[in-house]
Amino acid sequence: MLSRDKWLGALYGLLVVIILWYAVSWVLKIPIIPSPFAVFIHIIEIFESKMEIHLLYSLGRILGGIAISIIIGVPLGYLMGYFDKIDKVLSPLVYFTYPIPKIALLPIIMLLFGLGETSKLMMIVLIIIFQIIITSRDAVKGIPQEIFRSLQSLGASKLQTFTEVIIPASLPEVLTATRLALGTAVSILFFTETFGTEFGMGYFIMDSWMRVNYLDMYAGIVILSFMGFCIFSAIDISEKYICSWR
Amino acid sequence: MIEIKDLSVKYQGKNQEILALDRLNIDINSGDIYTFIGPSGCGKSTFLYVLSGILKDYAGNVLVDGRDINPKTQRIGLILQNYGLLPWKNIYKNIMLGIKIKDREKVLDEYGIYILKKLGIETLLNRYPKELSGGQQQRVAIARAFILKPDLLLMDEPFSALDAITREEMQELFLNIWKENSVTTVFITHSVDEALYLGSKIVVFSPSPGRILEVLENPCFQADNLRYRDEYYDMSMKLRKTLDKG
Ligand SMILES: Nc1ncnc2c1ncn2[C@@H]1O[C@H](COP(=O)(O)OP(=O)(O)OP(=O)(O)O)[C@@H](O)[C@H]1O
Ligand SMILES: [Mg+2]
Repeated sequence: MLSRDKWLGALYGLLVVIILWYAVSWVLKIPIIPSPFAVFIHIIEIFESKMEIHLLYSLGRILGGIAISIIIGVPLGYLMGYFDKIDKVLSPLVYFTYPIPKIALLPIIMLLFGLGETSKLMMIVLIIIFQIIITSRDAVKGIPQEIFRSLQSLGASKLQTFTEVIIPASLPEVLTATRLALGTAVSILFFTETFGTEFGMGYFIMDSWMRVNYLDMYAGIVILSFMGFCIFSAIDISEKYICSWR
Repeated sequence: MIEIKDLSVKYQGKNQEILALDRLNIDINSGDIYTFIGPSGCGKSTFLYVLSGILKDYAGNVLVDGRDINPKTQRIGLILQNYGLLPWKNIYKNIMLGIKIKDREKVLDEYGIYILKKLGIETLLNRYPKELSGGQQQRVAIARAFILKPDLLLMDEPFSALDAITREEMQELFLNIWKENSVTTVFITHSVDEALYLGSKIVVFSPSPGRILEVLENPCFQADNLRYRDEYYDMSMKLRKTLDKG
């Protein structure tokens, strides 16, 4: 029921955006703002021949970035949340680096790792991993002591405590944090794709702009946004599924 | 046998230390049912946390068959006052938790199914704890403890959320199971009637901080037509008096 409302909400949002976009393009009638329908038709025409490859690159980078962030960030956050000693050592580091705008580190990363895929992934990971570490840590710390009692009385091992309590209890919050970090990740992705590559939606959009091909440019923006929306929804759905006990 | 010498427990409250248990001394014989009775807040649950290995920060000595409490080597069946079910596991998985951790058992054997039927929860297995009433959750917690076939059974007001008729059925079931294996049982209750019906020994706690006021042999234990006997009336009066004096 609730998720149907959500989908209706998304549909409503889409409609409003299209109507506003159309209204602006109709009033101004300039090539910088084409009508949304022209753009949609254009997407159908060029998607397979010109855009698909760029979309796949972008998708690979963002999913890779998210995967690396989760694989490193979640265990680290769990360790910090569970073992006070580890937390005491790492928390100051995390807190200190958290507010630093990571995008400012881009030049350094590029100098160190070159212009290739490594730096692009690094940037995405750098930006979202802190959010994931902190959320995982706080989620573990927030588990009430009572929840552990049944397992303690059964003499469960540390590993069993992790798999039976800590992971399932914190998973919902970790997924939410990932979902929220996604918006930033897509922006960074766009930014890193504007140089050092000839593939990716960021490149496609900037290249169309340079070529003064506004229809291509808009098509790129729409597809990039749509990609973000799809990943967002995918996490949202898995959240619903995994956390159906809530 | 469980030997308890000068057991004291303090909680660190926000502003002051709270003495929950004050120098308890008692020996609990193997194979007997001890019912513990005392006013709210006197430390009954705290006492169970110590016996089940959840609370390790206590003063004094607690020896189980001459050795320290160790939930890893012992089989402790614990029914917590708030049931201790894991909200992300469905009822079946909650019931399996004990034997999964102790024996890596994945499916319920005949005995397990018998217990579920007796407790009347065999139709609830696919639900999650939040979809159950308090009494149903309580029966799930009872099932989990019984199915474990423990050597030590610790029950914290296990029938408190049940209606009178179900409670009597559960008391019967508990006594039947106990007769088969005569597992050492610590049974906490706030009902004088239940203490007399189920306990071969009755231990009376003082109001907070909990001290043991008296340990009584229960002549009514396993007597026929218990509630119509003079001993029952006498014991009941005696218990009430001890509780009143505090
Ligand atoms: N985590 C805690 N921090 C501080 N004080 C606590 C804590 N847990 C319990 N207490 C205090 O310790 C005392 C004993 O609590 P306990 O839960 O063992 O009582 P109880 O006999 O089980 O009560 P009831 O019959 O209401 O369940 C109480 O006075 C309570 O206020
Ligand atoms: Mg209690």
